[in-house]
Amino acid sequence: MDDGDLVFKALADPTRRHLLDRLFERDGRTLTELESELEMTRFGVMKHLRVLEGAGLVVTRRSGREKLHYLNPVPIRLIHDRWITKYAEHRVAALADLKTELEETA
Amino acid sequence: MSTMAAQATQVYAVFVRATPEQVWDAITKPEFTEKYFFGARIEVRDGRRRSQLGEFDWEEEVLEADRPHRLVHRWNAGYDPELASEDASRVTWEIEDTGNGVTKLTVVHDELEASPKTAESVAGGWSYVLSGLKTLLETGTPLQG
Repeated sequence: MDDGDLVFKALADPTRRHLLDRLFERDGRTLTELESELEMTRFGVMKHLRVLEGAGLVVTRRSGREKLHYLNPVPIRLIHDRWITKYAEHRVAALADLKTELEETA
Repeated sequence: MSTMAAQATQVYAVFVRATPEQVWDAITKPEFTEKYFFGARIEVRDGRRRSQLGEFDWEEEVLEADRPHRLVHRWNAGYDPELASEDASRVTWEIEDTGNGVTKLTVVHDELEASPKTAESVAGGWSYVLSGLKTLLETGTPLQG
């Protein structure tokens, strides 16, 4: 699998997208903190974090005894530059704006 | 977009098909940076990191320079007077040879606690910069804007 495959595969799972959203809200968290926000075993959370790390979407750093997890948005940016900019940016932007507007007024 | 406060420690990483020396040159020489760093000409030399972008000229202190492994410098947002009035933060570039001609570049932008506007401003920018750097080194041409 190439890098892009790993990213698409990692993003294809709702729990993993949920983990990314939690890190977007507050970055640099431990496994224990992330686990406390999910209805899932520690082992399950570890497994998902490993997939995200393998795809480069999560980067870990040591801080003393703790291992902190950071959201790395660069692979998503690479997908954006490869697939969105090239094919459809202005059309996508118009549709995304329309969707936001319709959902806000609904 | 979220209204969350931007993070005081931000970590970005990218794998690039290039040598650590090529990555080092791309982040320390103006002829490279102007092609992917929002057009800024940036030069790291003699303990200073000098930047020039349009009408703006500014420089930051280099805290560590170990070619081609590690570069640490202060960050002042000299391209924007409002941001530049905030405290200086810190940027660490870690360059790691992973074998097979692939280099891992990690950027840690931290000490942003007292600089919330800068933190917000750089949060989207780093992804763009690193994506552009990867494209430039791998294809020889900048990203199409």
